[in-house]
Amino acid sequence: MIRPDAELLLDITDLHASVEDKPILKGVNLQVRAGEIHAVMGRNGSGKSTLSKVLAGHPAYRVTAGSVRYRGQDLFDLEPEDRARLGVFLGFQYPVEIPGVSNLEFLRVSTNARRDKQGQEELDTFDFEDHVREKLKVVQMDPAFLERSVNEGFSGGEKKRNEILQMALLEPVVAILDETDSGLDIDALRIVAGGVNQLATEDNATLLITHYQRLLDEITPDYVHVMAAGRILRTGGRELALELEETGYDWVDQELAAQGVA
Amino acid sequence: MANSVLAPVQERGRAALERLGLPTRRQEPWRLTDLKRLESMAALPLSADASGGSLPSSANGVLRVVLDGQADPLEGVTLPAGISALSEAELKQALGHTLDRCGCAESWPVEFNHARSRQVLALRIRGQVPPLELVLSGGEGLTATRVLLLLEEKASLDLLEVVLADGTNAHSHVIEAHLGQESQLRHGFLATSGGSASLLTHCAVEQEPRSSYAFTSVVQGWSLGRLEPRVVQVDGQASTTIKGLAVTSAEQQLATHTSVRFNGPEGELDQLQKCLAADRSHTIFNGAINVPREAQRTNAAQLSRNLLLSDRARVDTKPELEIVADDVRCAHGATVSQLQEDELFYLQSRGIGAADAAALLLRGACQEIIGQLPESAQVWSPLERVMEGLSS
Repeated sequence: MIRPDAELLLDITDLHASVEDKPILKGVNLQVRAGEIHAVMGRNGSGKSTLSKVLAGHPAYRVTAGSVRYRGQDLFDLEPEDRARLGVFLGFQYPVEIPGVSNLEFLRVSTNARRDKQGQEELDTFDFEDHVREKLKVVQMDPAFLERSVNEGFSGGEKKRNEILQMALLEPVVAILDETDSGLDIDALRIVAGGVNQLATEDNATLLITHYQRLLDEITPDYVHVMAAGRILRTGGRELALELEETGYDWVDQELAAQGVA
Repeated sequence: MANSVLAPVQERGRAALERLGLPTRRQEPWRLTDLKRLESMAALPLSADASGGSLPSSANGVLRVVLDGQADPLEGVTLPAGISALSEAELKQALGHTLDRCGCAESWPVEFNHARSRQVLALRIRGQVPPLELVLSGGEGLTATRVLLLLEEKASLDLLEVVLADGTNAHSHVIEAHLGQESQLRHGFLATSGGSASLLTHCAVEQEPRSSYAFTSVVQGWSLGRLEPRVVQVDGQASTTIKGLAVTSAEQQLATHTSVRFNGPEGELDQLQKCLAADRSHTIFNGAINVPREAQRTNAAQLSRNLLLSDRARVDTKPELEIVADDVRCAHGATVSQLQEDELFYLQSRGIGAADAAALLLRGACQEIIGQLPESAQVWSPLERVMEGLSS
């Protein structure tokens, strides 16, 4: 939902970032307002995932220039955990398995860290169980997964559901979902996308990083951005994704060549 | 009663120690050992007083027996149906039998225990019996304890051994267990200390066919620690599970030498050893698996996973597989790593601070093994003990 007067949640200006001294992001500009759903598309290596990790604060990525303001605050002044507590959420492309750490306990500690920042009361073990069971419905997840170690032995689809469950619990202001659709069959995709749709409100925003148009059949974006060579090359509406589906990314090379980048 | 049986054993131990002298670095099993610490331990006088520490109440229905190396451990204890003390004649016949079968009766730590032990707790187990908890705890100096268990056919026992030592004291412990056909022994071993004490433990187990032995050890906080579980499946067709957690910090050194021998076909082994080394500490793991020609269709898996928690910590890990039989599955693997950046970041990205995230990962790494201890271990708060040792 596009409302020009809605709060500017994320303001990315001329963002440059490197990993192991290799420049990946080379001047990303993007503004995200409350209520909006943005899709960021592009080929492998275009910088989509790097953008998501830089926003969440992954230590392997170094910001070399530019700025990101989150609700007016310099995002890079904040540790990853503080970003999360303030409402920035990254749904991982490859959620990490953590043997020995109970999923339920992990979800409770995490939820309470966010609640504390929101001025809400922390939930004890019993209250949290009720709370999480309610949220399980968002992704139609089997409660048995709460008793297991974090993501350990989960299938690809179960891991992604667990990500969206975390999103439901943390109630983020800006949710960045990195290839949440990868590795999902069509039923799992619908469930995960349904969860994202249920959680989208006029007060929050979603950034969908995706390879394929098929996720956008389930979640309708307000904006579609195409990334290439570490920048946003083109921005359009929903129709841009459909056009990409038909024409592929060949035009990207031509456009980059015309700009003397590739 | 035990004295007439133990006197010749002590004599034999003393003679052997004299003959053997202290181990040297030229001997492979001692190559990495801090022998100075072993020497100090060996020189400690035998403890003459009982430990003063108070113990947590044991879990419901659990039979607790305290071994301090001096008093008769069964004094004042009423044994439940199914558990009985061995007669002197039985003891004479059985003591040392399993050590012989496991090929370790003449090893230095065993002879050391022979020379020092003044009591032996020897029990026969029939049928399904209540859980047994042995608290091994002495006073100042060296405490030596010895246990012998005979599980009859189809017997089933949950055993928890807890070793407590503080200061610069030391503990030498030898346990032998014979598992009759179709018997089951779940054996938990929890040994934590304040950081300066020493521990030598030898655990010899002989398994008849269709018996099941599950050993879970959690060892943390010893200046010098050595744990040697040795299992022989006498005719194969038995199931062995060995799960170990070794945690060191400061300048501690902890070695785990396991040995499993299949003397018959269709034996199974599932083994996981985890070592966590912090500060300037050192963990050693040596996992021997022996599959001779008669042990066809053996199915064994051994995994050693090690976590270095500081740049100055050291981990040595070595699988030692000797396989002669040709129709066997014998998997093994070893990893050494630090706390994973991706795991830490994942937790941080969910609002969990860096220090809490690291602690949660460590708890998880330990819990994977601690969770396998017998239920009755809960009263000892094993996870808290281990984490406390890591953070101090």
